[in-house]
Amino acid sequence: MSDHILLPEGSIEKQTTTLNLGPTHPATHGVFQNILELDGERIMKATSTVGYIHRAFEKIAERRPLYQITPLTDRLNYCSSPINNMGWHLTCEKLLGVTTPKRVDYLRVIIMELARISDHLICNSIVGVDSGAYSGFLYVMQFRELIYEIYEEVCGSRLTTNIGRIGGFERNFTNTAFEKLEKFLDEKSGYPAQLKEFENLFNRNRIFMERTIGCGPITAERAMNYGFTGPNLRAAGVDYDVRIHSPYSSYQDFNFTIPVGTTGDCYDRFLVRNQEMWQSLSIINQAYKKVQEFKGTDADIYHADVPAYYLPEKKDVYTKMEALIYHFKIVMGETEMPVGEVYNSVEGANGELGYYLISDGGRTPYRLHFRRPCFIYYQAYPELVKDGMLSDAVITMSSLNLIAGELDA
Amino acid sequence: MLTNEIIQQKLTEKFGDALTDWHAPYDMLTFTAPKDLNLKIMQFLYDDETLKFRFLTDLQAVHFPDNKGAELAVVYHLHNWVDNVRIRFKVFTDIQQPDVFSATALYQSANFMERETYDFYGVNFVGHPNLIRILNVDEMDYFPMRKEFPLEDQTRIDKDDEMFGRGKY
Repeated sequence: MSDHILLPEGSIEKQTTTLNLGPTHPATHGVFQNILELDGERIMKATSTVGYIHRAFEKIAERRPLYQITPLTDRLNYCSSPINNMGWHLTCEKLLGVTTPKRVDYLRVIIMELARISDHLICNSIVGVDSGAYSGFLYVMQFRELIYEIYEEVCGSRLTTNIGRIGGFERNFTNTAFEKLEKFLDEKSGYPAQLKEFENLFNRNRIFMERTIGCGPITAERAMNYGFTGPNLRAAGVDYDVRIHSPYSSYQDFNFTIPVGTTGDCYDRFLVRNQEMWQSLSIINQAYKKVQEFKGTDADIYHADVPAYYLPEKKDVYTKMEALIYHFKIVMGETEMPVGEVYNSVEGANGELGYYLISDGGRTPYRLHFRRPCFIYYQAYPELVKDGMLSDAVITMSSLNLIAGELDA
Repeated sequence: MLTNEIIQQKLTEKFGDALTDWHAPYDMLTFTAPKDLNLKIMQFLYDDETLKFRFLTDLQAVHFPDNKGAELAVVYHLHNWVDNVRIRFKVFTDIQQPDVFSATALYQSANFMERETYDFYGVNFVGHPNLIRILNVDEMDYFPMRKEFPLEDQTRIDKDDEMFGRGKY
């Protein structure tokens, strides 16, 4: 923007204003700071500072047996903890050579896609809030609550789930869990109807479109160079999705498409996330059908038969000798870990969530690195908001879905 | 179909015996390169019309204190999205003078990743536009992820942990 108006020469000492957006500003939705250099309301320069909630997870992980690292992964992207947990279990399973039964894969897919929906619905409704439309947020929130209730049925907790174990789940899904899932999937009263209403509210809303079209755009080439993955990359027009490229947890058994955008602006990111929620709903429906096909004893399978790695159920620990021994060995970190290095990634709600694990055969990882998609694409933020208005910077930030926990590890 | 063999062959043709330690743990081709070749390798992998490794997935360091003279390893994960192949390569550097060329000119995404690596391991990325700490406080004068800073022994008993729910009740 060359035609912006500068203050007359010499009127005041400094011609621009420095504004701290964050670290604890409501518009940042998390703890990170942006120092903006403003000319009026136009951003000349943005400098990002991260690290306010750095918790040294990679260092802590070097002292913990595998199963104790799961709660650390919860706290990366806390809007979709189950995906992080599953990604971690899949990494361990890859290292240990554990294969999971199909039913476990499908149950995992259900949980992961629910997590993706809960993440996207927060992100998209927050974009609404930041552009002045609060009601959409309130509409969809009740369905996040329902998703959290499903988690609760499966693992007992809601936000930082610590869901699943190496080899499967801690317990079979209860009937209540499936009932809640059906309630969630119900075409008339469940989430699909709500999402339709949410889309009606936003997608062709003239005010919303004016606010978001052309706001914080990025080209496909720049996005790739900046290491974008996930919905933000797909909004720029690149159809990269880990679920398709390197299917894990039997994603190859499902039919779904990858929505892509063209301009990579806030509006495209919003539409891509909405479309992904529809795709996730379809995947959950397919997975639920597949799960229902398991009858008899097959329907009781919820973990792989790997007693050396699968933390046994507590009631077995108290009543069975074998389970007690394995419980002790796993908790004390006495299980054999092969020497090796493994990189495994899953499609997190924000992009490719990777785990790079080096094992030297000891009790704990020698080195564990989390590839956090947020952290990597956040560096594009100064470029995205440059020459834009201050209020656009706020929307851009929320539509990138920056999660402070994932930024800082 | 781009296989690990083709990649290895192409790289060996270009760089000769400089690249060593070829192996493929869990099907990901891995090799070690001299540290002054890291940019040339990445550029070659980027430009070559068969290889097309044009996405930097990840960049981090590992500390091997017993590996004298080459204590720090910087690990690059690259991804070819067209053929969907990943590779990993490592460059080792002396901890006394941990200078490694920065990949920021080729990949913008390397900026934060290199800052993080510097922050935790002290790898000095030569050519980085803004190599300062990113997650830790600026005043920190050590590199916390190095192995000389072990985590506290979880069974130590010389500390009063009463306020934290451990120790005497």
